Amino acid sequence: MNTVGKDLIRVDAYGKVTGEAHYTADLEPKGILHAKVLHSEIANGVVKNFDLTEALKVPGVVKIVTCFDVPDCQFPTAGHPWSVEKAHQDICDRKILNKRVRFYGDDIAAVVAEDEVAAARALKLIKVEYEEYEPIVTVEKALSEGATPLHEDLRKDNIIVKSHMTMGGPDFSFEKAVDEASEKYGKDNIEVIDRVYNTPRISHCHLELPVSWAYVDTNGKITITSSTQIPHIVKSCTAMALGVPVGKIRIIKPYIGGGFGNKQDVLYEPLNAFLSMQVGGRPVRLEISREETISCTRTRHAIEGRCRALFTKDGKLLARKLEAYANNGAYASHGHAICANCGTVFKDLYADEMGAEVDCATVYTSSPTAGAMRAYGIPQSIWFTECLADDICNITGEDPCDFRVRSCMQEGFVDPGTKIPFLTYGLKKCIEEGRKYIKWDEKRAAYKNQKGHIRRGVGMAIFCYKTGVHPISLETASCRMVLNQDGSMQLVMGATEIGQGADTVFTQMAAETTGISCDKIYIVSTQDTDVTPFDTGAYASRQTYVSGKACKKCGELLRERILEYAAYMLVNEISDISKTVYAETVKAAKDMMKSALGIAEDSDIKPEMLDIENNAIVMRESYLKERGSEKGFEERKLFELSVLADTAFYSLDRSQHITAEVTNHCKENTFASGCCFADIEVDMPLGKVTVKDVVNVHDSGILINPKLAEAQVHGGMSMSLGFGLSEELLIDEKTGKPYNNNLLDYKIPTAMDTPDLKVRFVQLDDPSGPYGNKALGEPPAIPVAPAIRNAILNATGVAMNEAPMTSERLIKAFKEAELI
Amino acid sequence: MLKIIHMNVNGKDTELAVDEREALLDTLRNRLGLTSVKKGCEVGECGACTVLVDGKAIDSCIYLTMWADGKKVMTTEGLKGPGGELSPIQKAFIEEAAVQCGFCTPGLIMTAVEIVGTGKKYNREELKKLISGHLCRCTGYENILNAMERIVDETYKVCGK
Repeated sequence: MNTVGKDLIRVDAYGKVTGEAHYTADLEPKGILHAKVLHSEIANGVVKNFDLTEALKVPGVVKIVTCFDVPDCQFPTAGHPWSVEKAHQDICDRKILNKRVRFYGDDIAAVVAEDEVAAARALKLIKVEYEEYEPIVTVEKALSEGATPLHEDLRKDNIIVKSHMTMGGPDFSFEKAVDEASEKYGKDNIEVIDRVYNTPRISHCHLELPVSWAYVDTNGKITITSSTQIPHIVKSCTAMALGVPVGKIRIIKPYIGGGFGNKQDVLYEPLNAFLSMQVGGRPVRLEISREETISCTRTRHAIEGRCRALFTKDGKLLARKLEAYANNGAYASHGHAICANCGTVFKDLYADEMGAEVDCATVYTSSPTAGAMRAYGIPQSIWFTECLADDICNITGEDPCDFRVRSCMQEGFVDPGTKIPFLTYGLKKCIEEGRKYIKWDEKRAAYKNQKGHIRRGVGMAIFCYKTGVHPISLETASCRMVLNQDGSMQLVMGATEIGQGADTVFTQMAAETTGISCDKIYIVSTQDTDVTPFDTGAYASRQTYVSGKACKKCGELLRERILEYAAYMLVNEISDISKTVYAETVKAAKDMMKSALGIAEDSDIKPEMLDIENNAIVMRESYLKERGSEKGFEERKLFELSVLADTAFYSLDRSQHITAEVTNHCKENTFASGCCFADIEVDMPLGKVTVKDVVNVHDSGILINPKLAEAQVHGGMSMSLGFGLSEELLIDEKTGKPYNNNLLDYKIPTAMDTPDLKVRFVQLDDPSGPYGNKALGEPPAIPVAPAIRNAILNATGVAMNEAPMTSERLIKAFKEAELI
Repeated sequence: MLKIIHMNVNGKDTELAVDEREALLDTLRNRLGLTSVKKGCEVGECGACTVLVDGKAIDSCIYLTMWADGKKVMTTEGLKGPGGELSPIQKAFIEEAAVQCGFCTPGLIMTAVEIVGTGKKYNREELKKLISGHLCRCTGYENILNAMERIVDETYKVCGK
């Protein structure tokens, strides 16, 4: 491959280092109106009445709308492709503003004003009368008898969905397995462990706040520019929310300052559109604050997992069971999909001899809504599997690395439910690579029998991850290529650049397949649903794979059309070619070709003899080789692509604007995998963990751009580090109020908290990937936290079951273990 | 009532009428169109709005425009050469793949200008501390620090103190 696999500089790097790349808020027109949202100050109840008298008196206030004024339309917000099957449709459980208050901070009214200060002042003067119910912040409370149903119209209790999955046959049960194993191996030769592990509610903390601005265009289109990962989905959900036909909505997505799944949800776009419509279609901007972003958009699910394992005393893994409860907060957002995904990977990752059983439940509570976040339930799943694996080894005394090699999902694995195969199996190679890098065996030996308050430890964790969502949901992507007169082209993807480098890798793919060089490919970074072909957006580590297939297919079609035209130019005396500036070039090419291939007649020249290389029409290398002739590029070069493009545009004989557009419906999937190894030091009296060395090893197929891939892994590792050590959005269980919805008290890692991050890849050419590639975007955010947890276990013998492992929790655990 | 102030912004003397309650962030973005200055938190937590005032990196979201009266303000727009050429700092960020979503980038680049401007040599640990007022969620800071280390070393070789 020529371009794929090279470290091309990001196509948007220049714009981003100069500050010239425009994000949503940078594109607002002058004189725009400002909107602010009034959030409820109770966590559970009903709005009875508003008194707007004082608020309306504030100079500069243009309009105040409340939950009593919005369309009576319930809509979903999940960034899923809409399903035309009723049973698979996302839950429509909210309105643009809600009378029924379901968490502290629910959207109940909004002010539009001439400036932000007026809007903020008016908000403070709105008086609200509520009927208040008891907040049900935790899963336990939401499921307790007598708890108020938060969505009475949709669910009688607060359970969104419960599901049951098994490995080892549909009737497999953990309890039965324990009985059978007692008989088979003898009661004294088996062990059962039963643990509860907890994961935190986490905020995405993309640096750009969710922001949008909307107006009604002269053609009646409700036009919203928004910082979103999913413009085409925002379009359809906004139409549902407003109760208008989908064609009335236009979404424009410029550069965005990170999303990580939070912007894989419809956030404030419908409200923003509604506000503009309420003021005669004038442009209105709606940018929420950091505090609102953390508590009123989406979070990663806090999931409690009761995990059981059955194994023989010599360490043979027989069966496991997970009972998981996901706290989904006030609205369904992605519904049960995330907790179900967590359960699927729990059962897939290990090859239990007898089987595995999973019960998952997703529960409404009066707390911030949980939705998609990078790796979609799998960081939680891997926290469970990897805590459990090391806790098993802690009993059997087996080396955790050996245990995983022996017990993990094996080569040739196919998920029995989804039929997703592990086509190129790099998991064990990753473990081998990580083990070698961290010097596992030496360190495990060296860190034995430590004394004193400061100790070292090494730990590891493995994971697997699907590539996109087929066959659970639709996978479709589109691409358009448009040739310019100079032989360059526009590349238009429905897929979105959100910082991950999508625009750059699509440019590389297009170059690889068309023969047009990267510097002549102008990717259109902005998606505009009025002109951009359909793609569901950035999530599920899908774009390089699913949208990449569309890009490849489109490139092949464009190439075919170019070569067909090239053959036409060479075969036909295009009536006017002799008069054109290209007459001699084309004639020379024709002669050269005839002599090289021993062709008598012009009409014998066929497209299959031709190719595009390095922006030129050439004689196809493979065609010549098959006929025993080997020639370099210069000897095969017929004419520049620009000669063809210019001719095709303006020929009086056959004018053709050469373009291609395809949709690719992807019906494939494959597992990616990998691991993390961490070497840590723990200062027990301080409850302080210092990561001395950490490496992620990824089995993500062929890398399109290794340097960007590595950068992507760094970011994920940092996120998992935060999951493990510092990040948790805390909610007061009595009132539902968030304690730390700001970047001072919500602790994402700073540069000082982050160790040097090491990255390794095992590159296997996956036959299902467009260029041998498979999932990479999300996996880096999965394994660091449990690897650190297991390193702490190695260092101190203390098993931490709850993330994040803050100083407070560590000190408490070390005290209980009488280590300090 | 608006007040008249004078600032030198990116090398150009500028007379402006501003609200005395206005943050420099809003003045630069809304009155002068300098949209490299990004808003991430509005309370000085994230560093995305960092600009230089008389050579010192400050969070422009919590810096009143009135305080900049009579001072020199520099934003990322001011780094580009007359022919559009990039500064060595910007080049280092590009070549080290230190840019992802790009939202924290202009602020970090301004802090890099301040650091490089000292002409001092800093090691990686010191650089980590110097940029710890900037939050980045995409990069884990790894490549940002690589770019910083490179540019600090290059500068030190030429004009080290």
